[in-house]
Amino acid sequence: MKIKRRDFLKGAAGSLALLSLDVDSSQARTVQALPPDAVGILYDSTLCVGCNACMPACKRANNMQPDFTGDQEVWDNPQDLSSDTLNIIKKFSNGTGEEKDSETDGYAFIKRQCLHCIDPSCVTACPVSALIKDESTGIVSYNKDACIGCRYCQVACPYNIPKFEWDSPYPEIVKCQLCSHLVEKGGISACCSACPTGASLFGKVSDLIIETRRRLQMKSGKVYDFPVSSLNSGKFHQYKAAKYVHHVYGREELGGTQVMYMSAIKYEKFGLPAFPKESFVSMASGIQYAIYKGMVYPLVVLAGLVFMVKKNKNTEEAENDQKRTDSEGGVS
Amino acid sequence: MSKAKPLGGRIFTPTFMICLMITGFFIYFAAKRFIFGIGSIANLNDGFPWGIWIAYDVVVGSAFACGGYVMALMVYVLNKGEFHPLVRPALLASMFGYTLAGVSVFLDIGRYLNAYNLYLPWQMNFHSVMFEVAMCIGTYIFVLWLEFSPAFVEKWQLKNFGKILNRVVFALIALGVLLPTMHQSSLGTMMLMAGFKLDPLWHTSSLPLLFLLTALFMGFAMVIFEGTISSRVYDLGDETSMFSKISSIMTWILGFYLVIRFQNIFMRGEMGHAFSGSFLGNMFLLENLLLLIGLFILSSASNRSNPRALFIAAVAILLGGSLFRFNTYIIGFDPGTGWKYFPSVGEQVITYGLIAMEIAAYTLFVKIFPVFEVHKPVESNP
Repeated sequence: MKIKRRDFLKGAAGSLALLSLDVDSSQARTVQALPPDAVGILYDSTLCVGCNACMPACKRANNMQPDFTGDQEVWDNPQDLSSDTLNIIKKFSNGTGEEKDSETDGYAFIKRQCLHCIDPSCVTACPVSALIKDESTGIVSYNKDACIGCRYCQVACPYNIPKFEWDSPYPEIVKCQLCSHLVEKGGISACCSACPTGASLFGKVSDLIIETRRRLQMKSGKVYDFPVSSLNSGKFHQYKAAKYVHHVYGREELGGTQVMYMSAIKYEKFGLPAFPKESFVSMASGIQYAIYKGMVYPLVVLAGLVFMVKKNKNTEEAENDQKRTDSEGGVS
Repeated sequence: MSKAKPLGGRIFTPTFMICLMITGFFIYFAAKRFIFGIGSIANLNDGFPWGIWIAYDVVVGSAFACGGYVMALMVYVLNKGEFHPLVRPALLASMFGYTLAGVSVFLDIGRYLNAYNLYLPWQMNFHSVMFEVAMCIGTYIFVLWLEFSPAFVEKWQLKNFGKILNRVVFALIALGVLLPTMHQSSLGTMMLMAGFKLDPLWHTSSLPLLFLLTALFMGFAMVIFEGTISSRVYDLGDETSMFSKISSIMTWILGFYLVIRFQNIFMRGEMGHAFSGSFLGNMFLLENLLLLIGLFILSSASNRSNPRALFIAAVAILLGGSLFRFNTYIIGFDPGTGWKYFPSVGEQVITYGLIAMEIAAYTLFVKIFPVFEVHKPVESNP
């Protein structure tokens, strides 16, 4: 809730600036930095066996309905993220699809969910602060009591994560909130608790980054310890290290994300776009800020307009009065 | 006091009845949307969260409704008093255009009961372009009704209200110029956030300027379009001399816009994409071809004093400007992962219904309230 109060103060400061025309109290937008206690997930595609255990665990933890596909109504089998599915394991497959983590004739898994951007577009986009980024955990959460349902977050999200309940008369936006209700009580995300192999690993983002460096230095084929569930769970499995792509997805994409991916095949094979380091947010709000910084320019323009309109309106009225007296004189 | 008078005459004309009928269909689909959700009548989806309700009713519709904005700018800021007779009809059209854009937004947003959050200081997000647009449009609708209210004052002889209004009207007019300048450019800034989802032919940091310029020339074009139709339908006399002056101003803005548009594409190295023959490249060319046709027609002085040529040019410019805005909001937008969108029948009926309501309300108001000044010598006695 801390962030709310700060925003309110900022709003109050903004209104003061409006009144006093004080240029200094206007705030320029700075690119967000990773909060020191930010938590996240490291998903290692090479450890994922595609058991999908994380998916029902996610649904249970978040009271979500099963998402049926086809004729059956027995088990949950979503095809993609939807308003009923916050987390999904998808499969890349090529050719015969026999060899794991191979781009040709192979297959690999990817976990799709909200990546909890360090500089989230949705948070900047939301007009009513229904999406906020927690100041300490960095979790991007949703408040249905504020949301007006404008769906600008959906337009703005570069990963197409927020979903909308199209079939509800009073719909909500639905997205992964990193089980913030469990994290609040010292727990970890349900998907990571459920993951048997440690492919989904919960932890502090700064520690997860160190873990990614350790994995990138591993010799492929040699056996190493891999933590399970969370970095500090104390549980380990031993696996042969895969031949990692030397790039952690989410480390720098659009300013970085708190959920990161490691894989042995190229990320574009999973449909993850290659992004620049700078987020699209900075571009849009940079322009917005140049113009609306502290509302100074609009107010100066308004003052000018009021002056000119008043002047022109007065002349017009004077002329009209003149004409009226003239014509009245003419009639009589 | 203005010299405008109510036109009077029969209200339930065939046009009015057809508009009412379309409004009936609108009510059916609007009711369905509120009972069963947006998905029950619309093809909107998680990849294309915005469809024609935003792209047409708000983004294009508000540009069509910029007549009031540009005429107020001309008459009251630039002191071109000779256009005074055009102000009130333009304001009336703007008032309904924006009001119905507001209605459309209420149908489009999912959690409409929460809209009050836009006005709670602790919920406001000053970083959000959507916030700025929502506040500006919301306020502008209110300002437009007040700007038009001298017509109510004259009709019902509201002397006290008229006095108060007279004291603040200059501030209202100033706001009525400032607010559209702000939100029309911000409608462009809005789509910058779409990032890679919007094709580079439309995704440029010049979008705010391009949107402001389209709002200006589409506003002028709409004044000519509506003015030509009403002067025929209501037999108002010849207004061509005013339209030809407006059209020459519009030509300059349009020319400036086209220079910027092509320079921007050229500088960013997208010219090859524009002429690649791809679907999006062709949409870009079509959009600018329509504007160039308008520019070409109006570049000749004899065409500018010919009502038919003026009307054709206005239509071409309105279509070109609309296509630019459609391209930016829907056609050039691709979220990836195979999402597709084409407006459903229900969505289209909602939009047709809003247009029908606009026409019906406009024809009703010009008959009841003093909107038009008639230029025919016989009727122009004060």
